[in-house]
Amino acid sequence: MEALRDLYLTYQSTLGYIGLNSLLALSVYATLSCGQLALSNAGFMAIGAYAATLLTKEAALPFPLALAAGALLPALVAVPLGLPVLRLRGVFLAIATIGFGEVVRLGIVNWEYVNGAQGIVAIPQKTSLWMIFLAVAAVLFVMARLRGSKWGFALEAIREDEPAARTMGIPSTAYKLAMLVLGAAIAGLAGGLEAHFTFMVAPNGFSFGRVVDMLVFAVVGGTARYWGPVLGAAFLTLLPELLRELAPLVGIEPGPLRLMVNGLVLLAVILFLPNGMVSLPDRLRERRAARRAAA
Amino acid sequence: MSALLAVESLERAFGGVRAVDGASFEVRAGEVHGLIGPNGAGKTTVINMVSGLLAPTGGRIRLEGREIQALAPHRVAALGVARTFQNIRLFSDLTARDNVLVGEHRVRKASLGARLLLLPAAREEERRARGQALALLERIGLADRAHERARNLSYGEQRRVEIARALAADPRLLLLDEPTAGMNPVEVQAVATLIRKVAAEGHAVLLIEHNVKLVMDVCDRITVLDFGKVIAEGAPAEVARHPAVIAAYLGSGA
Amino acid sequence: MGQQIINGLFLGSIYALFALGYTLVFGVLDILNLAHAAVFMLACFVALALVGSLGLHILVALPLAVLAAGILGLILERVAFRPLRGRANSNFSGLISSLAVAIVFEAVALEFFGPNVSRFPFGTVPDRQMALFGGVVSRLQLTIIGIAVGLFLVLTWLVTRTRLGRQIRAVAESPRAARILGVNVDRVIAASFFISSALGGAAGVLFGLAFNSISPDMGRSVELKGLAVIILGGMGSMPGAVIAGFALGLSEVFVVAHLGASYRDVVSFAGLFLILVLRPRGLLGAASLREA
Repeated sequence: MEALRDLYLTYQSTLGYIGLNSLLALSVYATLSCGQLALSNAGFMAIGAYAATLLTKEAALPFPLALAAGALLPALVAVPLGLPVLRLRGVFLAIATIGFGEVVRLGIVNWEYVNGAQGIVAIPQKTSLWMIFLAVAAVLFVMARLRGSKWGFALEAIREDEPAARTMGIPSTAYKLAMLVLGAAIAGLAGGLEAHFTFMVAPNGFSFGRVVDMLVFAVVGGTARYWGPVLGAAFLTLLPELLRELAPLVGIEPGPLRLMVNGLVLLAVILFLPNGMVSLPDRLRERRAARRAAA
Repeated sequence: MSALLAVESLERAFGGVRAVDGASFEVRAGEVHGLIGPNGAGKTTVINMVSGLLAPTGGRIRLEGREIQALAPHRVAALGVARTFQNIRLFSDLTARDNVLVGEHRVRKASLGARLLLLPAAREEERRARGQALALLERIGLADRAHERARNLSYGEQRRVEIARALAADPRLLLLDEPTAGMNPVEVQAVATLIRKVAAEGHAVLLIEHNVKLVMDVCDRITVLDFGKVIAEGAPAEVARHPAVIAAYLGSGA
Repeated sequence: MGQQIINGLFLGSIYALFALGYTLVFGVLDILNLAHAAVFMLACFVALALVGSLGLHILVALPLAVLAAGILGLILERVAFRPLRGRANSNFSGLISSLAVAIVFEAVALEFFGPNVSRFPFGTVPDRQMALFGGVVSRLQLTIIGIAVGLFLVLTWLVTRTRLGRQIRAVAESPRAARILGVNVDRVIAASFFISSALGGAAGVLFGLAFNSISPDMGRSVELKGLAVIILGGMGSMPGAVIAGFALGLSEVFVVAHLGASYRDVVSFAGLFLILVLRPRGLLGAASLREA
């Protein structure tokens, strides 16, 4: 019985993180789907995490309300952020949003009320696994409904060729802003859920490295399907668990090994399967068709 | 009949170069209006300004009397303007049908709420929109390629899909930028017929073309540009005889 | 005041050196090389290993580490950037693949040197100080400023007066035109990466010597500051990177002195943000930044 409970506790954390990382990957996917490399989601997640935490700890708000506020606040912040910043081309948008994330993190570090760099601990554990998976399911549902709809096609059009899309009457700035807001809400929700899952929040959990992780999940999983980011998140969350067993056999420390495998997986994906794991069947099909045509 | 599109003293300078230098002309509803001239005469620049992708540095553009030169492209499109591009800008990862579907964006009456709530009205609207897209592909003779990715289509097929995509918006003004470049004579003839039919349905068409025979056959009136200026305007037969036009084309070896 | 200026110039010279590498690659390839900070870090570790384990003098270890950085740059270009050259979205995929290589580099450093902070052995640099302009400056600081300025001059000479420099400028302007003119674009890009990474490596060693706190994540904060510098100076502009680097160094020192240490980074990033929104071209940049 003890062993079973230990097993559950061990895997509870992993399962929880598969869900949380899925949410985070989907939050980045929201803007990637219209071709925007917005890396502000660590900042949005931080806002959501701290907002939800303060509301449960200080205001004793019921958890669902706190979570909702944690999703709403970053969504509101995304609007004044997006309006000036979404006009910027590719890499400049990325840099501006990275800057935003850093400003949020530094703001928290310098805010005594929330204990600055030390963060807040002893947050009531209110997040259950089913809540996380419900959230993932809800977001996946929304993404699924968008795909293949008038708005989903508009997003793809913007991603492929924004000026051309605009000449068809698609108000691209409004769409990009909407996706930034959606991504912010998802990231904020994930932040609130995580804070009440791991009992603590601290600014160093919302650094540039965090949003890089989210991006990697989405890219490795692939954006060709709306569930690609979830696949990437699950794969890259499970991988370290497997590697931890493998590390002593290979003679490398688990920490560096995990990092190295992450990097190599990402490199392999971007070089050989740029649309992510999810595009593998398409790729194989195309290659088979090409071979048949050449024959 | 008053003009649907009125271009007045339009100017566009890039640094010191005047790509368009005081061009004026009108296009009426139901008319096929040709815009021709040697390479670099400024034709695509004019279309870019009319569609809102480029802001003029001088002059005005009026659509049914209303000034549109300062409007963003999606607002110009919302007023009923659709276009094709000189260097084909289809969404290469989307299928032919889906490309045309995107073109319908302006006229679709889909409700996001209905879509998210899985209401039957949403499915109905989708069905209608897809049917419309297929009908348009049928019209240009590519219904059998509907589910092929745009990048797998031949050059001529891509050009025709672009026209279908522009028609999908049910535009009052259709801007076609060299729609038959690279097409074989059979395809060119099909496009010519299509253009005449579209005009007969009441749309206005502004056509940039290098294919002189096509222009002569299909256009009601022609404006000739050279170095950004209008050098001749009128019915095809008049324009063909115009000395300045002959000089411009012979001079540039076209 | 004089003290702050000296400290600002000293910090700024390192930022400028780092940013030069960043902006060089961006100017030539239109891609942000996110592995630059990892090379910065690895070069410092190489120098540390050469001095600590092999007992080499720092003045020997420094150029060797810089050379190693250049070689890493060549590897990086060959593995992460060249295969992507033909692709439509090469900017994005270049970003991702450089990120991947950065992760691998960091893993290597973590494996061989551990996560803890390492330091140069005592006595690596002589600890002599002198009074200058109303402040106290160490010989180390002056040397670092001197080396940085020296490298700027070498780079300027390279770019303006050598054939390679002309070719680099040609490729930055238009790779297609350069190829038509007979330039071996592949080799020029490789050379640009070598130079860029060498500069980044030099910045890394100097940073390590200056602050004597070496760890696998030491590149993290400099990376983001480096972004702020190249944006401020104008993407692709080398003089811009130098000026902006010094400007950032000076402003950080002044902010710390007058507003307190916690505001130091907030000012850099808030400044970055404002620049992007108000004048994305930066001080001297010419790149087009807005969508159509």
